[in-house]
Amino acid sequence: MRIWLFWASLLTFGWLTLGSWRTVAVPEKLSDYGFFTGSIAGQKPAAGVVPYALNTPLFSDYAEKLRFVKLPEGETVAYNDTSVLNFPVGTTLIKTFYYPNDFRDVTKGRRLMETRLLIHQSEGWKAFDYVWNDEQTDAFLEVAGDTKTVRYVDANGKSRQHEYTIPNLNQCKGCHNRNEALVPIGPSIRQLNGELAYNVAGKPENQLMHWQQAKILSGMPSLDKCPKTPIWNKPETGSLNDRARAWLDINCAHCHNPNGPAMTSGLNLSISATDLTALGIRKTPVAAGRGSGGRPFDIVPGKPEESILTYRLESTDPGEMMPEVGRKTVHAESLELIREWIKAIK
Amino acid sequence: MIPPLIPMKTLFLFSLIFLLAQMVWAQPAVQKRYQTQLIMAENGSTVDLDQGTFTFTGSLSLQDKKRIVIRGKGIDKTILSFKGQTDGAEGLRVSNAEEIVIENLTVQDSKGDGIKTMNVKGITFRNVKVEWTGQPKAENGGYGLYPVQCDNVVIDGCTAIGASDAGIYVGQSRGIVVKNSKAYHNVAGIEIENSRNADVFDNEAYENTGGILVFDLPDLVQKQGGNVRVFNNYVHDNNFPNFAPAGNIVASVSDGTGLMILAANGVEVFNNRFIRNQTLGTGIISYLLTERPITDKAYYPFTSAISIHDNVYERNAGPVSQRGRYNKIFDMVLKPGQDVPHIIYDGIADPATLDKTGQPVPEKRICIRNNKNQSVVNLDAGRGFKNVSFTMASFDCQLEPLKTTVSTPR
Repeated sequence: MRIWLFWASLLTFGWLTLGSWRTVAVPEKLSDYGFFTGSIAGQKPAAGVVPYALNTPLFSDYAEKLRFVKLPEGETVAYNDTSVLNFPVGTTLIKTFYYPNDFRDVTKGRRLMETRLLIHQSEGWKAFDYVWNDEQTDAFLEVAGDTKTVRYVDANGKSRQHEYTIPNLNQCKGCHNRNEALVPIGPSIRQLNGELAYNVAGKPENQLMHWQQAKILSGMPSLDKCPKTPIWNKPETGSLNDRARAWLDINCAHCHNPNGPAMTSGLNLSISATDLTALGIRKTPVAAGRGSGGRPFDIVPGKPEESILTYRLESTDPGEMMPEVGRKTVHAESLELIREWIKAIK
Repeated sequence: MIPPLIPMKTLFLFSLIFLLAQMVWAQPAVQKRYQTQLIMAENGSTVDLDQGTFTFTGSLSLQDKKRIVIRGKGIDKTILSFKGQTDGAEGLRVSNAEEIVIENLTVQDSKGDGIKTMNVKGITFRNVKVEWTGQPKAENGGYGLYPVQCDNVVIDGCTAIGASDAGIYVGQSRGIVVKNSKAYHNVAGIEIENSRNADVFDNEAYENTGGILVFDLPDLVQKQGGNVRVFNNYVHDNNFPNFAPAGNIVASVSDGTGLMILAANGVEVFNNRFIRNQTLGTGIISYLLTERPITDKAYYPFTSAISIHDNVYERNAGPVSQRGRYNKIFDMVLKPGQDVPHIIYDGIADPATLDKTGQPVPEKRICIRNNKNQSVVNLDAGRGFKNVSFTMASFDCQLEPLKTTVSTPR
């Protein structure tokens, strides 16, 4: 009887804790890919791995991101100025999320959280997530996601602590989804048309020029003909409307577009949207539930405090907030931009 | 017999404590285990959920799969509780899938919707309960069972309680059966919205704000629902004060509503019992009556081809609800002491469907015939309530019975 109880308990315990098995063919560790040289935590790209940045990125709870692209040897991606670049099969997009210990002083070190890979296989894009260990020696494949607590000093010198959610594989497609196919969101010509310092000592270069010279971008016209997304928090890069629309595009339109997972709402926040009702102006909510916050329309012109859009950006309640996943904090700075934008709508 | 080293009782107690402690520790592990199972499930397999109450801090999701059964041990035996949820807007989410069955389980207290299924061809909910515990309140999630943009939806033997929008909600879908189900203490009990080919029968919708809603709304991907049959339902005591957050269309539903048909076309309502729904036994209204803006050019805001026959209407004597707008309308159109009619038609018809006499052409008419205790008011709301009429004669007609394509459950 005793023995039986003991083994039964052990077995249940084992089953409950060790239930998460893994896929076979996919590398277990990030280091297995060889994307980086030297210490992997240094994130120094190996030959053929090109770092990049977006002009206006997705907000992810203040996490900083290191982005890299690796095209198959000798191949290029074709220029197009309307949508996300159509990278050839064999391309990997690499994105490492991290928190500086002190946002005011990068020399104080950082904590790498996760590295997400989007790999373009012959049957389509596949997403894999590697979670960094506490020792920061490597990152390990995780399909079911996780939650970690992060602590840092923010740009204003304030100590902050909050939960950080690492998505499960299904959640990747919650955002990376066009007509139910997994796709990249960020790297479009307009988002890449900006400057990046490719090495510590060097001068920043325009990324499109760099890609052209590195022979990974083909068919590019002269730089002045390439569209450019403004930087959301740099007024000198674009008008209030352009910056707000750029921010909504990258933060919301991956779902809120006519082919995205939020198409059921009828709200279209992509940069190309022209229908004012679809953009939210005097649009009644459909399935917002308490996410409406008791407000009548997505956008009430001139009145951010009466608009559902701002309500859902102000909330951190998962039943109300937008985006639905990947946000535990309020992005006060961009919220201000959206408020100003709604105020200016007539 | 040799006495055991440790008395059996003590050992049992230790084991029990150990097991209980493990239940608490293991909660995040359970989330990971079930989520991993849902991600790794092979097409054609069954994901079995254990008996017990399991607490989750994030949504569970299934996607890109075919022929999966998610099966618990029974309603209130397998309870997936999302109380204290911090991630994800729904309890369980299924997307881009085919032939999915969810059965024998309870989903509780999710922050947003209970079970949302989107882009699923063939989705069956069988013996599933979705509830928000405690008093119904605006903070509850919007929809209990929430298939949207799905084909062949079957909801059978399900229960929905406490949704701040609709307990059982089918939106922008095609081929729908909702049967043998119960919905109570929701704002809307059962709602069919922008959906085609639906059969809603043998259900009990009670103590909601509105029992059953058949709505067509603008600005959505799938427009022009219709071909909906509502029959053999027991729709009673739907007098619960509306607790929907403002802004949502259901927030405008008056308490005391049995069945509301809004801007829907092709609805046959028969053999139902509408009992003690104190404001509108059945309402037939156009979207224009909501006075909400319409910018969607492809949207058809009128109600037409409605057939209400062989139902039973009863209500207690007394005034309609003082909340909502209908008390004001009734104050205006009824004489003191006059009974409130069971069926309310706003009288707003599409001018393009009217013949020379001002009546809709036969196949577009509103027909009301052979109901027990039937009484009607035509509000003539389109012309400022000028010719309010209580005569049954203009509704005395019969439409061709609807035929719906009924999907077969797995």
